[in-house]
Amino acid sequence: MWQFFHKLGSPKWFYGIATRFMPWLLASGLLLLVAGIVWGLAFAPKDYLQGNSYRIIFIHVPAAFLAQSIYIMMAFSAVVTLVWRMKLADVFVKAVAPVGLVFTFLSLFTGAVWGKPTWGTWWVWDARLTSMLILLFLYGGVIALDRAINDEKSAARAVAVLVLVGVVNIPIIKYSVDWWNTLHQPATFKLTEKPSMAVEMWVPLVLAILGLYLLFGWLACLRMKTEILIREQRTRWVRDLVLAGGK
Amino acid sequence: MNADVQLSLKAEDAAIGPVRAMIAVFARDVRVAFRQRQDLLNPLLFFTMVVTLFPLGVSPEVAFLKQSGAGILWVAALLSVLLSLDHLFRHDFDDGTLEQLMLQPQPLFLLVLAKTMAHWMLTGLPLVLLTPVLGLMLHLDGNSVATLCLTLLIGTPVLSLVGAIGAALTLGLRSAGVLLSLLIIPLYIPVLIFGTGTVAAAAEGSPVAGYLALMGAFLFLALTLAPFAAAAALRISLSNS
Repeated sequence: MWQFFHKLGSPKWFYGIATRFMPWLLASGLLLLVAGIVWGLAFAPKDYLQGNSYRIIFIHVPAAFLAQSIYIMMAFSAVVTLVWRMKLADVFVKAVAPVGLVFTFLSLFTGAVWGKPTWGTWWVWDARLTSMLILLFLYGGVIALDRAINDEKSAARAVAVLVLVGVVNIPIIKYSVDWWNTLHQPATFKLTEKPSMAVEMWVPLVLAILGLYLLFGWLACLRMKTEILIREQRTRWVRDLVLAGGK
Repeated sequence: MNADVQLSLKAEDAAIGPVRAMIAVFARDVRVAFRQRQDLLNPLLFFTMVVTLFPLGVSPEVAFLKQSGAGILWVAALLSVLLSLDHLFRHDFDDGTLEQLMLQPQPLFLLVLAKTMAHWMLTGLPLVLLTPVLGLMLHLDGNSVATLCLTLLIGTPVLSLVGAIGAALTLGLRSAGVLLSLLIIPLYIPVLIFGTGTVAAAAEGSPVAGYLALMGAFLFLALTLAPFAAAAALRISLSNS
């Protein structure tokens, strides 16, 4: 157990493992995502209320899922960084923060595109939209702080503190925004509440979500490998790797 | 820094209790601040100017000001606190006092808490005291002004405490000011929502006790957790330099 834990901290070991797993993650992720999206966009039945415009959920919901869960994963890594000073945990946070930002933006963007035909407006100050926007700011803060500190060890630990402060705040922000919204504007619009969806709709949705998670795994490995190579560029194993042509 | 404003903590005082150490840090910060009085005035001037921009930029109509006054004052107070946060650790960082604080046998988070309390007393509290005047200028009625002052009284310490984390994280960085705002503004949103929400509820005549209780909960959460995070961030920033 402890040996495994110890190994997990070794960038070289991770590099090897990631290289072996990545093709599988990519293949299975692409397969599921493409299957889910094609099924969702082309074959799933029309929604009786929203017509075809609802189909954007096959992209919107997976992106929103990942946007939120990436932050939670970063928070776990931040604990590992602060408690065990494990190098891979900092590499993870640094590698996935921009990915989280992109997914948050994507879910806001697809939400706006869906909102225009459905609600008749690109943006409403709805509680959920607002808390996603704040999540976008939190990601932005994490990335900005990481870029601002030159020393990579201090950057990792400072970012870890910030991520943890943010994760304590996420539920507070979420509830206060919910409250704020019900306070000022009694639900003019509401995101359709998780409807009891037809099976033909939610199966492709689940496929797309799983596929995007797997693809995120692949992307995280790729970005982590790049970051590891940059950080370990002076070590012997990286030099041997480069001399061997990256094999 | 003036040579006579030394920390009254010395190595042989290792035995003094944490409370006395906190009092010493607090008293020193207040004394240093009063020797640079302009720094005390700046956030207040900024607060007044930001509030002035709204009638000029949006509308001087009484109806608009009555409706948005509380929000304007809250946003202006939030920005003024944000602006003053850069000073919280900066001078002590530049002249090495912070390193001395870190070497003290007393736990660092308590000393950070004392510094933050001094910061609040020198920026947050004056803002609260200035609020009634500006509230009258924005045509708020007496009841709203009283509620607004109460929410600011509970809310501004939260701003200082949470801001201390950001100030500690960005200490010694090149673009610290802007970065500090980027990190901290999202965390200020709940306080802003409940602060203005309380005043809106009071204006409608609904009970505000629940809101105030929640703001109190924010204050105690920040009081218990923020000093630890800020102390951890200070250690990181100092090991960096």
